[in-house]
Amino acid sequence: MVVARVGKFTLDKVAATGRWALFSVQALARVRSGGEFKTRLERSVFEIGVRCVPVIAIVAAFAGLVLGLQGHYVLSRFGASGMLGTLVSLSLCRELGPVLAALMIAGQAGTALAAELGIQRSTEQIDAIELMDISPEGFLAGARLLASLLVFPSLTSLFVLIGVTGGWLSGCILMPQDSNAYWSAVHEALKTRDIQECLLKALVFGLLTTSLCAYQGFHAHRSGEAGARAVGVATVRAIVLSSIAILAADYLITAALL
Amino acid sequence: MTTTALPTPPLLEVSHLRKCFGTREVLSDVNFQVPAGAVVSVLGRSGTGKSVLLKCIVGLLSADSGEVHYKGKSLQNASQMSVLRRCASYVFQHNALFDSATVFENVLLPLQARGTGPREEWGAQVREVLGRLELEDAAQRYPSELSGGMQKRLAVARALVTQPELVFFDEPTAGLDPLRRNAVFEMISKLQRESRFTAVVVTHDVQEALVVSSRILWLDAGRVRFDGPAEAFGASRDPEICGFRDNIEALKQALQPPIPKEVN
Repeated sequence: MVVARVGKFTLDKVAATGRWALFSVQALARVRSGGEFKTRLERSVFEIGVRCVPVIAIVAAFAGLVLGLQGHYVLSRFGASGMLGTLVSLSLCRELGPVLAALMIAGQAGTALAAELGIQRSTEQIDAIELMDISPEGFLAGARLLASLLVFPSLTSLFVLIGVTGGWLSGCILMPQDSNAYWSAVHEALKTRDIQECLLKALVFGLLTTSLCAYQGFHAHRSGEAGARAVGVATVRAIVLSSIAILAADYLITAALL
Repeated sequence: MTTTALPTPPLLEVSHLRKCFGTREVLSDVNFQVPAGAVVSVLGRSGTGKSVLLKCIVGLLSADSGEVHYKGKSLQNASQMSVLRRCASYVFQHNALFDSATVFENVLLPLQARGTGPREEWGAQVREVLGRLELEDAAQRYPSELSGGMQKRLAVARALVTQPELVFFDEPTAGLDPLRRNAVFEMISKLQRESRFTAVVVTHDVQEALVVSSRILWLDAGRVRFDGPAEAFGASRDPEICGFRDNIEALKQALQPPIPKEVN
C-alpha cells in the first residue's frame, strides 16, 4: 500500500516535471504567437523588472548594512578587519546577491504572474486565447521568460552594487573602517569568474522562477481545487517551488563551479 | 430520434461523438450536421452536455470517440483544427473577456492574432464593429466597468471582428434578465442576417431559440433526441419534446395570478 502510494506520488511528480519542461519549451518556441511581441516584452520587462527595483534596493541595502556590521564584528576578532570589503563583495556577488534578488523577484513578480494566469485560467481567458489560434503558452509566458533573462541579471547586479555600498556605509561610516582599504579590497577580491558565476546564477534563477510561476498559474485548474481557491493554491505553490528551485539550483551551480 | 435531411452540404459534421467524465457519460453517440448559413440552436436541460458538446467540437475538450469534420476534413488533424479556429469564433457563457485590457484592446486582439487584413485598417475595423454593437463610447473602458448586457455585446463584438464563417454561442443569455435575453437573441439574428455567418447557439431558452433558429438540435441525457427544422420542433407532438418545449408556458400559466372577483 505504502509502496504503491510512493510510486504513484513519484510518477505524478515526474509527469508534472515533464509537463513543466514542455510548457517552458512551448512558451519559448512560440513566443511570437499572437503578435505584438515587442509590446508584450516591454510590458514584461516593466512588470518583472522596473516594479521590483524598490524592493530589490531596500533588501540589498539592508543585506549590505548587516553584512558590513557582522563582517566588522567577526573580522576584528581575528585582526582581519581590513578584509571587510573582500567578505562583503564576495558574499554578495557569489551567493547573497543572486539568491536574495531571485527570492525577492519571485515573491513580487512571480506570485503576481501565477495569480494573474490562474485567474485567466479560471475565467476561461486562456481558452479564449487558444480558440483564437494563439499559443497561450507563447502568448502569456514566452515574453515573460525572455524578459526574465534580461531582468534577473540586471536586478542582481543592482542588488550587488547597492549591497556593497551598504557594507561600506555600515563598515566605514558607522564603524571605524578605512574607506580606501574597503574599496581596494572590493576591487581586488572580485574576479571576472565571480561576476560570471553571479550572472549565470541570475539567468538560471530567472528562467526557473518565471517558468515555474507561469506554469503554476497556467495549470491552476490541475491543483485539485476550483475557482478562487485554485488561484490561491497555485500562487502558494509558485512561491514555494520557486524558492526551493532557487536554493537547489544555487547549490548545484556552486558545487559545479567551485 | 427525429431527423430530416439537409438541403445543402454541411459546413460542420459531428459523427458518433462520445465524451465521459470518469464513469459518467455526458455525450453518447452524438450525430448532427450544420449547413452553411444556418442558425442551429442546441437545446436541452442544464447538465445534458450542451456546452461540453461545443467544447469537444472546438477542441477545448477531447472526445473519447467520434469525429468532427469541418468543410469535409477531420478536426483530428491539428492543421484542420487550426483552420477551424481561424474561421470560427466562440462566445463564452461567461464572456471570457480579457479583464486587464480595454474594450478596444479586447476586440483588437483577434485581428492581431490572426493578422487579418492590412494592419493600418485594424483600428477602423474595431471601431466599426464597436459601433454596430453600440459600444463605441466605451472603447477605453475596462470590461469590469461595463454592465452585464454591454459585456455580452463586447464578447459578441470580439467574436465578429474577424468576420468569421462560423460562430459558436455558448449560453449567450445566461444570467441576463428577460428583456436583455430577447435583445441578445435579436442581436444574434440581426448580425447573422447582416454578416451571413453560420451560428451554433447553445441555449435553454426554447421560445427565443424557435424564433431565431433555422434548425433545432435537442439534447437529452447526452443523446440527440431531435434534429430538424425549428418549425418541426415547434409543432412536434412527441410527448417528451412537448414536455420540454412547453415547460416554460406551463410554468407561466401555473404562476399566473387568479383573476380577482368583482366586488358588488
